[in-house]
Amino acid sequence: MSASPAPLGPFQDNLPRRHRLGAVWQWIFFAATIIGIFVLSALLLDILNESFGYVALEARVDPDTLAVDGVPLEDLPKEELIRILQDSLSASAFNKLNDEKPFEERSQANVYDLVIERVVKYKVLETWSLWESLIHSDEIRAQAAEEFPQAELRFVSWLTVETIRRPQSSEAVNAGVRTAILGSLWTIAITILVAFPLGVGAAIYLEEYARDDWLNRLIRTNINNLAGVPSIIYGILGLAIFVRALERLTSGAVFGLVNPTTANGRTILSAGLTLALLILPLIIINAQEAIRAVPQSLRKASLGIGATKWQTIWAHVLPNALPGILTGTILAVSRAIGETAPLVVVGASTAISFDPNLFSRFTTLPIQIYQWTSRPQGEWRHLAAAAILILLTLLLSLNATAIVLRNRYTKRF
Amino acid sequence: MDTLDNRYVIQARNLGIYYGDFKAVTDVNMDIERNKITAIIGPSGCGKSTLLRAFNRMNELVPGARAEGQVFFDGEDLYAKGVDPVEVRHRIGMVFQKPNPFPKSIYENIAWGARIHGFRGNMDKLVEHSLRQAALWDEVKDILHRSGLALSGGQQQRLCIARAIAVQPEVILMDEPASALDPIATLKIEELMQDLKKDYTIVIVTHNMQQAARVSDYTAMMMLVNDGSRAGTVIEFGETTKIFTRPSDKRTEDYVTGRFG
Amino acid sequence: MTKKYNGEASGYPLREEGLRKRPRAGEILIQSILFFAGFFSIFTTLGIVYELGKEALLFFRTPEVKLWDFLTGTAWQPHINQFGILPLVTSTFITSAIAMTIAIPLGLAAAVYLSEYATEKVRKTLKPILEILAGIPTIVYGYFALMFVTPLLRSIFGRDVVEIYNMASGGLVMGILILPLVASMSEDALNAVPLALREAAYGLGATKLEVALKVVFPAALSGIAAAIIVGVSRAIGETMIVAVAVGAGPNFTFNPFRGAETMTGHIVRMSGGDLSYDSIDYNSIFAIGLMLFFITLTLNIISQRIVQRFREVYE
Repeated sequence: MSASPAPLGPFQDNLPRRHRLGAVWQWIFFAATIIGIFVLSALLLDILNESFGYVALEARVDPDTLAVDGVPLEDLPKEELIRILQDSLSASAFNKLNDEKPFEERSQANVYDLVIERVVKYKVLETWSLWESLIHSDEIRAQAAEEFPQAELRFVSWLTVETIRRPQSSEAVNAGVRTAILGSLWTIAITILVAFPLGVGAAIYLEEYARDDWLNRLIRTNINNLAGVPSIIYGILGLAIFVRALERLTSGAVFGLVNPTTANGRTILSAGLTLALLILPLIIINAQEAIRAVPQSLRKASLGIGATKWQTIWAHVLPNALPGILTGTILAVSRAIGETAPLVVVGASTAISFDPNLFSRFTTLPIQIYQWTSRPQGEWRHLAAAAILILLTLLLSLNATAIVLRNRYTKRF
Repeated sequence: MDTLDNRYVIQARNLGIYYGDFKAVTDVNMDIERNKITAIIGPSGCGKSTLLRAFNRMNELVPGARAEGQVFFDGEDLYAKGVDPVEVRHRIGMVFQKPNPFPKSIYENIAWGARIHGFRGNMDKLVEHSLRQAALWDEVKDILHRSGLALSGGQQQRLCIARAIAVQPEVILMDEPASALDPIATLKIEELMQDLKKDYTIVIVTHNMQQAARVSDYTAMMMLVNDGSRAGTVIEFGETTKIFTRPSDKRTEDYVTGRFG
Repeated sequence: MTKKYNGEASGYPLREEGLRKRPRAGEILIQSILFFAGFFSIFTTLGIVYELGKEALLFFRTPEVKLWDFLTGTAWQPHINQFGILPLVTSTFITSAIAMTIAIPLGLAAAVYLSEYATEKVRKTLKPILEILAGIPTIVYGYFALMFVTPLLRSIFGRDVVEIYNMASGGLVMGILILPLVASMSEDALNAVPLALREAAYGLGATKLEVALKVVFPAALSGIAAAIIVGVSRAIGETMIVAVAVGAGPNFTFNPFRGAETMTGHIVRMSGGDLSYDSIDYNSIFAIGLMLFFITLTLNIISQRIVQRFREVYE
């Protein structure tokens, strides 16, 4: 500083320190960002770890003793299997099975499952995670031989085609998520049917028609606030409105349907409507953004040749906003698929072994995971891990669809 | 080095600037004299701001931007390996087109820069000195703790100048400092520049030729080179009076007399 | 269109009414339907306030419940008619506090990194990962808390110190859940700070860290505050993680390694069983729900106000 009069004191040379500080903090910022990846990996690894591993199983009746003329149990014809059931079960238990679904209509695989479940009756004595099974396999063998000499030690994958195919059951080795998946699909179908038209309609109203007056400001603020309401509150609302106040509608009584598995309004319909209320604000907000992204010039061009407002919206605004609206809807729906708390409150059932319909009691995939996780026995938690893998796969494919949609259509303007 | 001379603070040699693959400025050679005001003029889009920002390495904040050639500052190449852009910007300050005070108090706006550079003197005195130099002291001395954003546009720009002065640079780069201001505020900035050049070297980019003629000692005329590459370069550089009265380049003459689109 | 008016040679109708406005019933009908769709969300809010309010009122009208005891009592034991909400409130706030001590520093640091440091390419890889983190169902986080974090905590601090169900595990995982929310909202706030401010600081010779922490961060502070408030609101309303990993029954304790029950966890446990209408248990979940609703609503409104103010400064 030659020219300046600078009566003001010196600058201390602090550059190296400042750069050092900068480097340290940059590393801290980066590490914080990366922690997300670590946790995500830990979470996935943990779930994979619980989805496979050794199981010590004890059968009440050894399946080998049920083999006929050297034909192993699983290859026996249906008639033989029915005979085994008849021999082993009480008459009333056998007839009850026949009432649920006549044996003539059942498949060989289904009857085989029944034999395993009712006659062989595998019981899980102990389970190990994948990591333990891989690293300490010898110790596990020794331990199993010592503690459970009767038991069979098997390496199982808790996630199999059977897991998806089979309904809920009282034994973890026989249980599957079929009813839960069907329940989830039914629920989501209702949610979409209700929330999509209502949400897109609301977004069109707010973006295209609503003037900036107090009422519309109230509506906008209200939607933003609803988006922040905890999901469990929607569950309480659903319990009060759909399950209780509208019981005649949601139980199907209005339509003259008397369901044998009557659910007092704690039905798929109630669950779907509750989730619809929950994701409605999300769909509206996303659709509003998509509609807002359609350039104003397009509207002017259409109005300029004498189209009415609705013609303009229907022919120009909506087609161009559709990819954005769909992306937003998919994201909202994947939120609904993973929701657990509101459905617990609305009254999801614990064990359902039949395929659900609109007015039946229900369970869904997340509910099943919750219930299995809450049981103290290890085998159910392994099953829950398998169910989580199914749920995550479902959500991942939905999100991938949303991303593809977004990438394919967003570069247009 | 041909003409390294203590008279010159900044000397550009074969300076070219790229944004990615696009060459925005090419082949600039100019010497900026100490304690003088040098103006850079030219049509919009010819790279005036880019050239100015190359003098304190502000361009590299844009991803993909890079420079070739040399810029000597007191004989030291700014683009040589190991030169710290932070230190460069400390010694060569900058005032921007739109006033951009920090959303802090007037006092803090000025003290902040000095503080990060490890200023060890009397901060109150530094603030007062800087504000006086920027001809703003009388207007703000009673409201030092009010937000810098509360000032008028012209005052904000003088606050930004005071802020630049406070870290005691040798050169102040001004990128169209008055383009967002009304004529009275502009006049004040121009008067201020005349006072400041006693202590500092000033380089100013302006699209306003009258302003360049009024305030500057030297003028650099920039224009796009005529080979279709859309890169800008300095086509004529010299004393302002000469550029505006007897330009040697036909294009400069057309431009300063308003015959250029 | 032309099918309707095919009588004219030009293909267009002669309009007897000239340029005067014609009634368009269809347009009006559509507009009414759309208005209904827009207005529908008001019903949702009214429904929440009415139903929660009504049942909560019934709860407070029962002779066993006294408002003062409800607000100050330290025991929630419905079977002996003790309805003090404090155990539920304290555990809600303890788990939320643990969550925020994770989510705030990590979320803000990630936001600063993504907005100030990361190149476009890095950003494009890291942001989707954070989005995935935010999209994982909370029940899965609950599973993770119970099956991974709890055993981890127990092996670090000792099995006799850390209970199987404990607030720390649920809180930590909840922090990971909220991290992406805080990060993404804060990043938006940082990005909204004008480039001119960054240039001003760089022009003075500031380092990247000084620009980020001393100029951009303070300028975005209100947006960041809004992000934190939304995060708190999310933590308070979060249910499944605490239901799976924390919940063991109401417990008035400040020890994070002990089990307790949050407001949300309690609602889930109560309604998980067979809840008969008009019982005091049934009414009590509405009373707790109402409280939860007002707490989160207040936080959300504050946050929106702050964001609005923040926008006004820069737009």
